Amino acid sequence: MKRFNLQALANPQLLALAGVLLINWILFPNFFRISWQDGRLFGSIIDVLNRGAPVAILAVGMTMVIATKGVDLSVGAIMAVCGAVAATMVVAGYPTPVAVIAALGVGIACGLWNGFLVAVLDIQPIIATLVLMVAGRGIAQLITEGSIVTFNDPALIFIGTGSFLGFPMAAVIALVLMVLVTLLVRRTAIGLFVQAIGVNRAAASLAGIRSRMLLMLVYALSGLCAAIAGIVVAADIRGADANNSGLWLELDAILAVVIGGTSLLGGRFSIPLALVGAIIIQAMNTGILVSGFRPEFNLIVKAGMIILILLIQSPFATQLFVRRKLVVTREAGK
Amino acid sequence: MKLITKLAIAASLATALTSVSLAQDNLKGLTIGFSQIGSESGWRAAETSVTKQQAEQRGIDLKFADAQQKQENQIKAIRGFIAQGVSAILVAPVVATGWDDVLTEAKEANIPVILLDRGVDASEDLYLTSVASDQVKEGRVAGEWLVGAVGDATCKIVELQGTVGSTPAINRKKGFEEAIAGHANLTIARSQTGDFTRAKGKEVMEGFIKAENGGADICAVYAHNDDMAVGAIQAIKDAGLKPGTDIKVVSIDAVPDIFAAMVAGEANATVELTPNMAGPAFDALSKYLADGTLPEKFIITESKLYTPADNPQGEYDTRKGLGY
Amino acid sequence: MQDGPYVLEARGVIKIFGNHVALDSVDFGLKAGEVHALLGENGAGKSTLIKILTGVYQPDGGGVFVDGTAVSLDNPLHAQTHGIGTVYQEVNLLPNRSVAENLYLGHQPTRFGLVDRRKMESAAKVLLKRYGLNIDPGSELGTHSVAVQQIVAIARAVELSGKVLILDEPTASLDRNEVARLFEVIGDLKRSGLAIIFITHFLDQVFAISDRVTVLRNGRLVETRELNSVTRTDVVRLMLGKDIAFSGATDLEPDGPTTDVLLDFRGYGRSKSVQPFDLTIHKGEVIGIAGLLGSGRTEMARIMFGADPADQGSMSLSGKPTAVRSTSEAISHGFGFCPEDRKAEGILGDLSVRENIVIALQGKLGWFRALNRDEQLEIAGKFGEAMDIRAASLDMPVKLLSGGNQQKVILSRWLATDPSFLILDEPTRGIDVGAHAEIVRTINRLRDDGMAMVVISSELDEVVAYSSRIVVMRDREMVAELRGKNINPGIIVQAIANHPDEVQA
Repeated sequence: MKRFNLQALANPQLLALAGVLLINWILFPNFFRISWQDGRLFGSIIDVLNRGAPVAILAVGMTMVIATKGVDLSVGAIMAVCGAVAATMVVAGYPTPVAVIAALGVGIACGLWNGFLVAVLDIQPIIATLVLMVAGRGIAQLITEGSIVTFNDPALIFIGTGSFLGFPMAAVIALVLMVLVTLLVRRTAIGLFVQAIGVNRAAASLAGIRSRMLLMLVYALSGLCAAIAGIVVAADIRGADANNSGLWLELDAILAVVIGGTSLLGGRFSIPLALVGAIIIQAMNTGILVSGFRPEFNLIVKAGMIILILLIQSPFATQLFVRRKLVVTREAGK
Repeated sequence: MKLITKLAIAASLATALTSVSLAQDNLKGLTIGFSQIGSESGWRAAETSVTKQQAEQRGIDLKFADAQQKQENQIKAIRGFIAQGVSAILVAPVVATGWDDVLTEAKEANIPVILLDRGVDASEDLYLTSVASDQVKEGRVAGEWLVGAVGDATCKIVELQGTVGSTPAINRKKGFEEAIAGHANLTIARSQTGDFTRAKGKEVMEGFIKAENGGADICAVYAHNDDMAVGAIQAIKDAGLKPGTDIKVVSIDAVPDIFAAMVAGEANATVELTPNMAGPAFDALSKYLADGTLPEKFIITESKLYTPADNPQGEYDTRKGLGY
Repeated sequence: MQDGPYVLEARGVIKIFGNHVALDSVDFGLKAGEVHALLGENGAGKSTLIKILTGVYQPDGGGVFVDGTAVSLDNPLHAQTHGIGTVYQEVNLLPNRSVAENLYLGHQPTRFGLVDRRKMESAAKVLLKRYGLNIDPGSELGTHSVAVQQIVAIARAVELSGKVLILDEPTASLDRNEVARLFEVIGDLKRSGLAIIFITHFLDQVFAISDRVTVLRNGRLVETRELNSVTRTDVVRLMLGKDIAFSGATDLEPDGPTTDVLLDFRGYGRSKSVQPFDLTIHKGEVIGIAGLLGSGRTEMARIMFGADPADQGSMSLSGKPTAVRSTSEAISHGFGFCPEDRKAEGILGDLSVRENIVIALQGKLGWFRALNRDEQLEIAGKFGEAMDIRAASLDMPVKLLSGGNQQKVILSRWLATDPSFLILDEPTRGIDVGAHAEIVRTINRLRDDGMAMVVISSELDEVVAYSSRIVVMRDREMVAELRGKNINPGIIVQAIANHPDEVQA
């Protein structure tokens, strides 16, 4: 356990995060300044946590999907659908809990649909989830009738803009979700089974793992995470924007998972490190905003940073920089 | 300058009124096709409903076709209109290129085509006219309002651009810069893209506030559309400042939510991108069909300025029903 | 090696992958106008040899000769220019293009730089007639039967190459009539002087059309023989490598059941996979399954384990009628299954030895009764020690272990679930001698502990040593159940070869 902690401090994700924050600090010396304002913390670093939350929430589900050697391209569109459901329902006068639960239910249903295509019909995940990625936004537009459905429901708005102990609600939700899901998969056998399916689904099935049910569950979880992210994003701007909510966020979520060290080939995964990945991405975004670069450079700067981070994590770099530790040879069972 | 603007608005209003009052009956009972891009934004939805309203007022039988963002759907729809023998076709083209063939077919069938909202890269004799707004002018009107509102005081402006490289973002930036040029007290301190969305507008404004001394140094925010402005207003409030007072908010489009913000005193000005492209189009068509009067090739809609003095509550109420 | 007028020849070919010798100084000669069968079990080196002869691989030693001249074949296209063409088991043509286009793809007759469709189709018509096909060359290939497609593929290969034709299991997906038709075509080609290499698992077919046969085993040449000088039994013996002297029966168990019946399969089978079979398995009994590759032995195991559930017949477990519709159901009944293809279906390569061992037990326990790390280590350690797994650490990825140790890990995985019935499919293939001995020892120990087992193996000596009964599979059918004195490599080989009257002293 002690060895684990030492390694955790030196892992490439945290080094990359430290690097990005350092660059932000150089470009904008007030980056770490935090003040207390209207009962909440206020500062760029808080913005990073708050704005990074939707991708972080998506990354929780996406990590599990990618660990099964899948991918979920539909999460951005599911966000739009669920945000639209929650918004139109509160506008129509339903109580907030009902609207929220309905939106979460729709997210789970979308995830189960993806899981059905992947697990039962054996369609490749990238194609299976593409269906909803394309159709989902259309469904969201149908629900909102093409406009931004604005609402003033204080409870719903609190989910996106409220604060807990001074921290932005969205970041708190992401953290709680991460802890809950991590406990769920690590304290049960689900994590092991997910890895087994991701590494070798045929072998896992022969070892008696009901891979279909597990895949359905994993995609449903991803749908649920997308629903939560969709509600948070809608609550943040007090409106469901079917055209733009979650647009391209699936790619950021995948990137966060990859930066977090989970391989797209499935198997070993880490939800906390995927969240670190999401924070790294948002730290770059916020850094670009406060640095005063021309917007034309946004994507180039971001792409350059990401290439650098992925290079740092590559096996090649690991060999260059990290001295191999001698593994104590131990005969099995002795 | 201000006076000229007002005069121009008054003049255009007058023409608008006269044209409505003169609405000839020769369009009554005609069938006209309308190929719409889709419903990708609230403004687009409003344009659709206004076009339907305008057609109804004139007794036109409007055939509506939603292309769902695909040019091939639009071309199919136009071919369908030609086959049905409609009297005229309105098109809001999704892209600029690839229209020559289908427009030639319409011309050969002697069906006049009017472009709405966007132009095409095709020979000008293939369509009757093109009704669109002047995006540079929209930016200019917004800038001129700010110049007038600030007076001689120093003003650090932050700009929320539209999607990088998009035509409206380029033009609205250009017009605004033209208007504040020569007023050394107005400077654009920061400019970033908010992708025309509410969420990004809020996020970018949060960053600007942090970068500009907690927002204390910012005198005004200029947003390329109202959605970003609505997001920025929330960011300003979250930072403990008063939008509309501590930081002036000026934007473009005139969607209902910005009028709601004006009612609350949180927005200062917006420039209308009218969803009524069909009205001028029908007027031009009416004259052309009556005596063959060729309209101007490019009809520019007015870019009307709205401030809290213009009955924002009333504007909100009338616009809310248009599908924004 | 005799000197013959070989059209295509491999001399002393060696091919090494990593530290595995796939081909060890193999000689192979092909004459014009002969059908030459190439036989061998999985891993014998057939496909490696074919790939060297067609330029897919380059040999690490020895050489390939065409008409007596040494050649270096860079790729299949290059081999084609030397007259060597290949037709694979799965027709790899374009089903949505016309027959004529498929015949001439890449070599279309042209006029003014454009494809001359009319000329192409009339040429195709003439060509197809030679193969006895009277079909419209303009029709889509995919609309024809697999047999016709196969013949089109052969016609194309012969047309492009013209000297040597390699048929890699061309009959695998054909029915009897289609096979007969294909053989007519092959016969005609042979008479026209083409040299043909024929790879198949069906001995009947070998004897139906081949002139000579070459048998490979474990990457070595066993023998090349004129077919009219050998019997089926000889061929099977060459393939399995058994020197069959009647050594007398092993007679391990007395006849008749001495223990309780554990499993009873009645008319158990799966359509298009294995014909219904009857089999009774007692506690403490090892049933050996013998048969050549493709005989249905693996399919039988998968049906028993529920990986491909049975769709006919019934099964009872300790006297109670039971259904096994999935692997998890099988495991809940106390079944276990070590698959033949360790890498593709057995190990979870990137996961640790520990996780690989506990996975089936954890699957049995379900999602919520999770074994914690210490429990996992204890279980993995216990079975690792019992099986003598050589791993630097129980936390290292299992893919880094040797094949033998991987097999021990999979065996441990099942032993951890405390099974009452274990199915082992080729448990000792491709592993080192030490691990081999350990696994055989384990099988004996488990049998003595009262576990029921089904062991599929091509190693007849081994099967004979530990089995109390032997089931012989042929053509997806259970054809014999040998017991007592009949548990003898010679009799097994005859049963596989289906020539009981050819017993030789």
